[in-house]
Amino acid sequence: MTSILQYPLPLPPILAHPSSTAPLLITQGAEALLYKSTYLLPSLPCALKYRPRKPYRHPTLDTRLTKHRILSEARLLLKCRKEGVPVPSVYAVDEGQGWLMLEWIEGEVVRVRLNEWLRWRREKGTAEGEEEGELRGLMERIGEAVGMMHGVGVVHGDLTTSNLMLKSREHAEVNDHAEGGEENLLAGEVIIIDLGLASVSRFEEDRAVDLYVLERAFGSTHPRAEGLFEVVLEAYGKSFKGAPIVLKRLEDVRMRGRKRSMLG
Amino acid sequence: MIALGLEGSANKIGVGVISHHANGKAASVLSNIRHTYVSPPGEGFLPKDVAKHHRIWVVTLVKEAMAVAGVTIADIGCICYTKGPGMGAPLQSVAVAARMLSLLWDKDLVGVNHCVGHIEMGREITGAHNPVVLYVSGGNTQVIAYAEQRYRIFGEALDIAVGNCLDRFARTLQISNDPAPGYNIEQLAKKGKVLLDLPYAVKGMDCSFAGILTTIDILAAELKANPEQRDPLSGELITTADLCFSLQETVYAMLVEITERAMAHVGSNQVLIVGGVGCNERLQEMMDLMARDRGGSVFATDERYCIDNGIMIAHAGLIAYEAGFKTPLEESTCTQRFRTDEVLVSWRD
Repeated sequence: MTSILQYPLPLPPILAHPSSTAPLLITQGAEALLYKSTYLLPSLPCALKYRPRKPYRHPTLDTRLTKHRILSEARLLLKCRKEGVPVPSVYAVDEGQGWLMLEWIEGEVVRVRLNEWLRWRREKGTAEGEEEGELRGLMERIGEAVGMMHGVGVVHGDLTTSNLMLKSREHAEVNDHAEGGEENLLAGEVIIIDLGLASVSRFEEDRAVDLYVLERAFGSTHPRAEGLFEVVLEAYGKSFKGAPIVLKRLEDVRMRGRKRSMLG
Repeated sequence: MIALGLEGSANKIGVGVISHHANGKAASVLSNIRHTYVSPPGEGFLPKDVAKHHRIWVVTLVKEAMAVAGVTIADIGCICYTKGPGMGAPLQSVAVAARMLSLLWDKDLVGVNHCVGHIEMGREITGAHNPVVLYVSGGNTQVIAYAEQRYRIFGEALDIAVGNCLDRFARTLQISNDPAPGYNIEQLAKKGKVLLDLPYAVKGMDCSFAGILTTIDILAAELKANPEQRDPLSGELITTADLCFSLQETVYAMLVEITERAMAHVGSNQVLIVGGVGCNERLQEMMDLMARDRGGSVFATDERYCIDNGIMIAHAGLIAYEAGFKTPLEESTCTQRFRTDEVLVSWRD
């Protein structure tokens, strides 16, 4: 998702007001920029997702796509939020200007925490398969969160460990890394972020592809945790009524891969 | 070392002679000759007709390529041919010719993946070192990046290829297939102004073109039935040129978007466009705008190397041959399905 900044980026007009908190660019994806700022009060942090104009696209097409994508993401976040799926809440939207203002989630993405934990375990000399309670717990929470999202009819479209966050608990925030915080590395609520490619679907195929993409992400990014992916699926299987059929479908998706064989 | 390359996976038969120098200097293209089977307007090319065309032309082209290159049989180190992917009958006709030459001249055979041929030739010509590759042609649409000895496919068309979408729309409009249907659409699109609403089907790094083709075909039929249609916004008369313009703007925006996503994903700011659709100047221009916005640059080649050709097969085959790869006669088959990521790229770090 992230890349190094090599050129000045356009600031959305909303962040250019003298009264707003100085924006901090967090990441730059292909389509959107993510800033940290504040909302209403200087003490209330927020995330601002901004989709700048794409000069290569015809202006009519560009406006149409940006509007559609901002609104779609906002609607899906709202839907998830209403039904209790752990996602950031929506503070404000301006689809004409191309931005979406969201709750700031204090914490880190699962990819970072999991890699830190895996490194810590290796340095400690613990063998794979031992003392995995904490990891199992995280995998269960991931399975439950994804299941809950699918249960309300939303598929994510880009489920990776970079799009799952672990929310820091307020009191643990300070000492998390300072003193022996490693035991807490995998603690915290799992929050699903970046619904930019999400859609409404109740097809088991779409849900199974979501799981398959997540499984592949574990395989390529955290091969040492891949063995426990079963735990994610187990927890997922119990999370909503249609889940067992999705798991059955996942076996088909695994067999053929997401990709077709190439003709011509 | 010098290699002869034979390509015939679709409606073009190409023969090329390439020379690689020992000191790692740029390769020399000694000859690069092609003959295209052009179907009548409104029709696509059928495998049996294309295979017949290739069989008729292969000997003439090989003789001509050798003469232009000024080489003799003794100079040739190996014979490279397209193993796949492509249309079965044309592939077979060229594979037979390659086998014949191999036996006649007693030279090693090298079977080459067509897509890897495009990528390696593009890298050689442009000097792009480790770019994200957009491979777009009548049969393929892929976003590729190199990692650990494979050209990995990050995104691709989930149904028809982008070139197929353009070619079939050219058939709907009954415009000429000479020199290529996509070229004639590009010329028409230059006169278009009104952007019509078409589906935009990007799914992560993949995309889909079948729905767009259906929609634009419907719009074309409506326009034929009622040529007096006007754009509700500007009040301008809608023309066939506007259809071509809208189609190009939409599908190329999709291609640029998935390429940009792959670039962000792998952290690269170079992009190389290969394949027949890569000749399109509007696509090149859009890609350039995107790449410049990311502080990078775009590499593209002209029709000699973008469109299927023999030299790319000679080049990619010779690289593999120099790395110790060859195809024994009994394994010198061809295949319609041959994914880019199946090839072990032993010649790169």
